[in-house]
Amino acid sequence: MLEIGGKRIAMKEQRPKQRIRNFRSVPCGYTKEEVIAEAQRCIQCIHAPCEKMCPVQMEIKSMIREIVEGNFKQAFLIAKKDNAIPAICGRVCPQEEQCEGVCPLAQTGNGINIGKLEAFIADWAMENGVKEEFHIKERLEKVAVIGSGPAGISCAVDLRRYGYQVTVFEALHMAGGVLQYGIPAFRLPKNIVDYEISYLTEIGADLKLNHIVGQNIMFDELREKFSAIFIGTGAGAPQFLGIEGERLKGLYSANEFLFRTNLMKAYKFPEYDTPIVCGNAIGVIGAGNVAMDVARCALRLGAKDVYILYRRTKREAPARAEELQHALEEGVEFMELVNPKRAIGDKDGWVTAIEMFRMRLGEPDKSGRPRPIKIEGSEFIMKLDTVVESLGTKPNRLFLDMTPELETTKWGTIKVDEDLMTKIEGVAAGGDAIRGNATVILALGDGRKAAKSIHEYLLRRQ
Amino acid sequence: MTGRIIVKKDLGGENYLIEVTTPQIASRFKAGQFVIIRMDEKGERIPLTVADYDSGKGTITLIFQAVGKSTRQLATLNVGDTILDCVGPLGKPSEIGEFGRIICLGGGTGIACIYPLIKALVNAKNEVISIIGARTASLLLLEDEISALSLRTCVATDDGSKGHHGFVTEVLMNLLDEYKNSDGVQRVVAIGPPVMMKAVAGITRPHHIKTIVSLNSIMLDGTGMCGSCRVFIDGEMKLTCIDGPEFDAHKVNFEDLISRLEMFKEKESEALKHYLNIKGVSKCSR
Ligand SMILES: Cc1cc2nc3c(=O)[nH]c(=O)nc-3n(C[C@H](O)[C@H](O)[C@H](O)COP(=O)(O)OP(=O)(O)OC[C@H]3O[C@@H](n4cnc5c(N)ncnc54)[C@H](O)[C@@H]3O)c2cc1C
Ligand SMILES: Cc1cc2nc3c(=O)[nH]c(=O)nc-3n(C[C@H](O)[C@H](O)[C@H](O)COP(=O)(O)OP(=O)(O)OC[C@H]3O[C@@H](n4cnc5c(N)ncnc54)[C@H](O)[C@@H]3O)c2cc1C
Ligand code: SF4
Ligand code: SF4
Ligand code: FES
Repeated sequence: MLEIGGKRIAMKEQRPKQRIRNFRSVPCGYTKEEVIAEAQRCIQCIHAPCEKMCPVQMEIKSMIREIVEGNFKQAFLIAKKDNAIPAICGRVCPQEEQCEGVCPLAQTGNGINIGKLEAFIADWAMENGVKEEFHIKERLEKVAVIGSGPAGISCAVDLRRYGYQVTVFEALHMAGGVLQYGIPAFRLPKNIVDYEISYLTEIGADLKLNHIVGQNIMFDELREKFSAIFIGTGAGAPQFLGIEGERLKGLYSANEFLFRTNLMKAYKFPEYDTPIVCGNAIGVIGAGNVAMDVARCALRLGAKDVYILYRRTKREAPARAEELQHALEEGVEFMELVNPKRAIGDKDGWVTAIEMFRMRLGEPDKSGRPRPIKIEGSEFIMKLDTVVESLGTKPNRLFLDMTPELETTKWGTIKVDEDLMTKIEGVAAGGDAIRGNATVILALGDGRKAAKSIHEYLLRRQ
Repeated sequence: MTGRIIVKKDLGGENYLIEVTTPQIASRFKAGQFVIIRMDEKGERIPLTVADYDSGKGTITLIFQAVGKSTRQLATLNVGDTILDCVGPLGKPSEIGEFGRIICLGGGTGIACIYPLIKALVNAKNEVISIIGARTASLLLLEDEISALSLRTCVATDDGSKGHHGFVTEVLMNLLDEYKNSDGVQRVVAIGPPVMMKAVAGITRPHHIKTIVSLNSIMLDGTGMCGSCRVFIDGEMKLTCIDGPEFDAHKVNFEDLISRLEMFKEKESEALKHYLNIKGVSKCSR
C-alpha cells in the first residue's frame, strides 16, 4: 500500500572534500531499490499538480506509477514522449520551482524527487540500449533549425516526428549549446549529453556543425532552401559591467571561463591543448547558476579561495537551490551586499584586486526583489588574482545584425507571437533567443511549441 | 567542416603553406577574413588568415609560422591528412573601394595575411605600393606574387640581407615623404606584429592618413561568445572576431592588445614542452 508522506530518499553524493578534486558527477544517482522506494511515496494526486507545473507537461504521475511497478522501459517511454532529453532535464531543471515545488509532500520538505527519478530511468534506458521506436511518415518539406541547444534539439526532434526533412545548423564544433559548453561535467556528465544529442541524428535530422548562420551561411539562403525555419540561437553573448580594468589579464567573462573549462576541457590541460589561467583567490561576480558553475569549476581547477560577490543576499540569489547548497558545501564563500567599482592591476597588466562598494537592500524593484543600494563612501579593496564576470548573457548580435528584418526587443531578444512565430513568414523562434537567460526546460517547451506552429503553418500552406 | 590538405610547402624559417580543400569556405571567402581550425579531438581552436583561395578547386591557402604547440603540430601534417574542424570565413571582410594610392605593409607572417588584400585592392583599381619586411631575406613570404601585383614593392630586413636595412616603418616614412607632393597617400593598411602596427599608426596619425590594421588577439570561439578577443577601440570594448579583425589603427589601444596576448604565455610553453616530450621531437629551433 502506498503510505502518505514519509521521508524523501536521500541522494548519495560524492563528499565535498573528494569531489572538488574531480569533474565527476556530484550526485551518485539512485539504485533500483531506492528509485522504487522514492516512487512509492507518490500519492498519485488526482489532479497531479506536478504535471501542470512541468513546462512540457510530462506525464509524471504515470511515469512514477510505472517506476513503482519496476517497468522502467514504460516509464522511460512516457518521459521521452514529451521530453527529448529527460536525462538532462532530470539533472538541471529548477525542480523546486516547478514539478516538485507544487507536490503536496513538498510542504514538509519531502516532495517527490521527480528530477532524480526522471534521470534514473533515462540513464537506465541508455545503459540497457532501450530506445523509443518511431514510425515516421515522411513529408517532403525541408525545415532548418538554427542552433542545437535544448530549444533547437526539441524542435528538430518534433519536426522529425511530424515527418519533415530537418537540417540543424550549429556554429560550434559540437552540438548541445549551453549543455555542452556551459554546464560543467560534475553537474551534467558529458557522455549523457552526447548520448541524448545522438538521438537527433538517430531520428534522421541532418546536423551541420561549424555553420554560423549570418556569417558563413546566410539567413536568406536558408529562406530560399527551406520551407520553414526555427531560430534557437540562445543568448550566448557575454555582458561586461563596463568598469575600469576590464582589459586586465586574469579577468574573464563567465562564458570564456566555462567555454575553456568545459567545451575545450582545459581542466585536462596539457593533455587537451586549450589552457586556462586560474589563480588562488578568485572572485565571481553574480549569483546565478552560471556563477555557481564558475565558482565550482575554479575549486576543481585548484583555486584556494573562491568568493561569490553578490549585490543582494543569499536569499535573493537566482541560482537553483541545489547548486547554491553544493557550492557552499564545497567551500565557496558567499559575500553578500557588495558591488564592484573597478578592477585593479599590476604593472604587467594582471588583475590583483577589485574595489567594491558595500550595498544595502531597499524597496522591491520590478523583479520583486529588494533593490540593492550603494552605500556611499563604503569602498574597500579585496585582493584577488582572478575575476570572473557572471552577469548573464544576451542574444548574439552576429546573427541579429545580419537579419534586420527580424523584430527585436530593446534587450535584443527576438519578438514572437503566441505561437512563437516571428514577423517573417514561416520563421519561428524560441528558447533564450526570445527569453534572454531562461532555463533548459523552457527552451525545450518552446522548441516543441514552435515545431507544432511550423507544422500547422506548413499544413495551411499546402 | 573537415578539411583535407592537398598541397604543403615548407617556406623556410618555420613558415609553412598548406592548401586545404574546404569548398564551402572557398566559395564564400572575402579578403580580410580568417578561419578557425581545430586539428583533432584534443586540439585548441586557432585562428589563421586565409592567404589565398580558389573557388573553382574549392580550396583555401593558409600560411603559418610554427611557433607553439598547435602550429608546430599543424606543420607535421602532410598532403592527404585532414584537419578535423575548419570554420569560416570569419570576421568582417575588408572595406574594398577605389581609394587611390594605398600603401600596404606586411611584416613577418603578416605578409601572407595582407596578400589577399593587395589582390583585392589592385582589382578595385587602386594604385598599390607594398612594403614587406622580415628578420632576414629567407623569411620574406610571397615576394614574387606581391611584386607582380603591386605598382611598386619595397623590401626591408632587420639584418640588411635584402632591401632596406631596418624596419618597414622607416620605408613607410620615406615613401610618405616621397609622395607628399604628388597627391599623397590616401590609405595605409598594415598587418604584422602588434608593435609594428602600433608604430605604423604613430607615423600616419600626424599625416591624417586613414590607416587600417588587422588585429591578432587571442581567440576561442570566433563567434562573439566569449570576450577573450576583446580590444579597446577609442575606449570602447569591441570583439575582434565579429567586429574586426580590421580596425582604424588610430583608435586601437595597442598596449592592451600587446598585454592581453601574453595572458597564456606560461601555459603555451608548458603545452609545447608537453607536446615535444610525448612526440620525442628533438628539433627545437627556439
Ligand atoms: C553556465 C550555465 C548554467 C546553466 N544552468 C542551468 C540549470 O542548471 N538549469 C537550467 O534549467 N538552465 C540552466 N542554464 C540556462 C540554460 O542552459 C539555457 O536557458 C538554455 O540552454 C537555453 O537553450 P537554447 O536552446 O535557447 O540556447 P543555447 O543552449 O544557448 O543554444 C544555442 C545554440 O545556438 C548556437 N548558435 C548561436 N548562434 C548561432 C548561429 N548564428 N548559427 C548557428 N548556431 C548558432 C550556439 O552555438 C548554441 O549551440 C544555464 C546556463 C548557463 C550558461
Ligand atoms: C585573426 C587572426 C589571424 C591570424 N592569422 C595568422 C596567420 O595567417 N598565420 C599565422 O602564422 N598566425 C596567424 N595568427 C596567429 C595564430 O593564431 C597564432 O600564431 C597561433 O594561435 C599560435 O598557436 P600555437 O599553439 O602554435 O602557439 P602558442 O603556444 O599559442 O604561442 C606561441 C608563441 O606565439 C605567440 N602568439 C600566440 N598567439 C599569437 C597571436 N595571436 N599573434 C601573435 N603571436 C601570438 C605567443 O605569445 C607565444 O610566444 C592569427 C591570429 C588571429 C587572431
Ligand atoms: S522536465 Fe523538469 S519540470 Fe518537467 S518533470 Fe522533469 S524535472 Fe520536472
Ligand atoms: S504532485 Fe507529488 S505526490 Fe502528487 S502526483 Fe505529482 S509527484 Fe505524486
Ligand atoms: S573569440 Fe570569443 S568573442 Fe571573439
